[in-house]
Amino acid sequence: MDTVSDAVHYIFLAAAACFVMGLHLMNHPRTARRGNTLSAGAMALAIAATVWLVLDEDVISRTGWLVLVSGGVLGAGLGLWAAREVRMTAMPQLVSVFNAVGGGAAALIAVGDLLQAEDPAGLGARVSLPGALDIVIGAVTFSGSLIAAGKLQGVVSGSPVVFPGARLLNVALPASFVVGTVWLVLAPDSRVALYGLVAVALLFGVTLVLPIGGADMPVVIALLNAFTGSAVAMAGFVLDETALIIAGMLVSSSGGILTKLMADAMNRSIANIMVGGFGTGDSAPTAAATSGAPAQVRPVSADDVAIQLAYASKVVFVPGYGLAAAQAQHELGDLAKLLTDHGVDVSYAIHPVAGRMPGHMNVLLAEANVPYTQLKEMDEVNPEFPQADVALVIGANDVTNPIARRPGNAISGMPILDVDKAKSVVVIKRSMGHGYAGIDNELYTDPKTGMFFTDAKKGLAELKAAVREFVG
Amino acid sequence: MNDLDLLTAITVFVLSVLVGIEVISKVPATLHTPLMSGSNSVHGIVVIGAMLIAAEAHNWLGYVLAFVAMVFGAMNVVGGYVVTDRMLEMFKAKPAAGKPAERQSVTETHEKAEV
Repeated sequence: MDTVSDAVHYIFLAAAACFVMGLHLMNHPRTARRGNTLSAGAMALAIAATVWLVLDEDVISRTGWLVLVSGGVLGAGLGLWAAREVRMTAMPQLVSVFNAVGGGAAALIAVGDLLQAEDPAGLGARVSLPGALDIVIGAVTFSGSLIAAGKLQGVVSGSPVVFPGARLLNVALPASFVVGTVWLVLAPDSRVALYGLVAVALLFGVTLVLPIGGADMPVVIALLNAFTGSAVAMAGFVLDETALIIAGMLVSSSGGILTKLMADAMNRSIANIMVGGFGTGDSAPTAAATSGAPAQVRPVSADDVAIQLAYASKVVFVPGYGLAAAQAQHELGDLAKLLTDHGVDVSYAIHPVAGRMPGHMNVLLAEANVPYTQLKEMDEVNPEFPQADVALVIGANDVTNPIARRPGNAISGMPILDVDKAKSVVVIKRSMGHGYAGIDNELYTDPKTGMFFTDAKKGLAELKAAVREFVG
Repeated sequence: MNDLDLLTAITVFVLSVLVGIEVISKVPATLHTPLMSGSNSVHGIVVIGAMLIAAEAHNWLGYVLAFVAMVFGAMNVVGGYVVTDRMLEMFKAKPAAGKPAERQSVTETHEKAEV
């Protein structure tokens, strides 16, 4: 009996080591897929080892097996279906849903463990404290992630939902966590404390995410990812399983790092985003946007731009969320291929917050058959702009605004792409509307900038046709 | 279950955070989405906890909790790995021109453009 348990725990240790190595292999696109396969293999082994452990302990009832197998098969089927069917633009929603179920499962484990304990009143703080934390974090993640997924999918309003007393509630609810946790630690057999904690945590997940605007979702998803990891680690403390602690904290640090990176790239503090209320709806404030500015800009046609592109030796594309929203990444990929075949040096400048989750734009472009060697991060591409003959901006706004380098405005200090340093600039945009920050973009009134007023998908298709005439 | 003393558990906790920070900060921004869904599948290890809960359950409430936890955990682990693999498969150093599926989609867009 002990030998089997020992063997299983050595297997868990090996699996945990493989998770770390799998994540390490993610440091390059060439090895990343191998890393994921290694991690998946280790997970399969750990699950098989757990089956062995359960068989060996032989305390499981027939109903227990039925529950285990049917739940597993149903969940695996749902997961497989979702993973196969999801569109790459909907990836943030799917990741949110997986966050939700991971956090939910972790919370249920703590609830189950506390309810099924043989002597609940005798459980020490060693189990009840992590149990209470697991319930709080897991349940907040569960409801919060579902709301985030709803906002991303458009089921829940993407703009900040603020109701009277929301701020007060978001202070009162965490305070009740402290009360509930202390209560549960003092009286682990109290059903009132247990269910109360679950209910309050579920409610807080909703009130936490509802006031946050759609544009801040990359930060929220990353933060909820960190929460899920912590919940799983707490479940590891409850069950005395180090594998869950290791895996949970790996995820938690990953989520934490991404949260910090995203918040920095948006020039916002995490606290500021969580408090919400900033004008960050999906439909940015465009009310007073169209006055005055058009007089100073230089509109250009598809043929003008096509000539510029065809005679350039280096072109940098600057895609933003507008590109993904217009589903125009395939047109862009085709245009880039045409130029590459013609001998033009093409690359893509990707700002960290281009998309709806960290790194989202890269996945969309990879799907459009763009080689990853052309996808450049901000720090890598910024020194290349001065050599670029044309910088073509599609659906990106605030992240290209040179005003961020000067103090005293909404985006001061935000890291930006140095598009204004390119020899010439073309911006594909429907109108002179503002970005999320709601301020004028100085790039558009720069004399070397041409504005190509059109829809991203239509504009890129026109460019493709026009360039083909020049080079074909 | 095995008896794990608190100090050992906390040691593992702290070192895992440090290893996580060390490994994750080397991942390029290009791969942040697959990283996130990949790390998502790693926290699918929670399914092991769900299995242990199912093994200990002895009344209907316990079975219901274990069943839901199993569904959630299994969905997390299987879906996470499959979708991460699907994404990483698309990251290529050179554009893959030879695949019939892609050629078809390109011709489709050409036809649309001509119409």
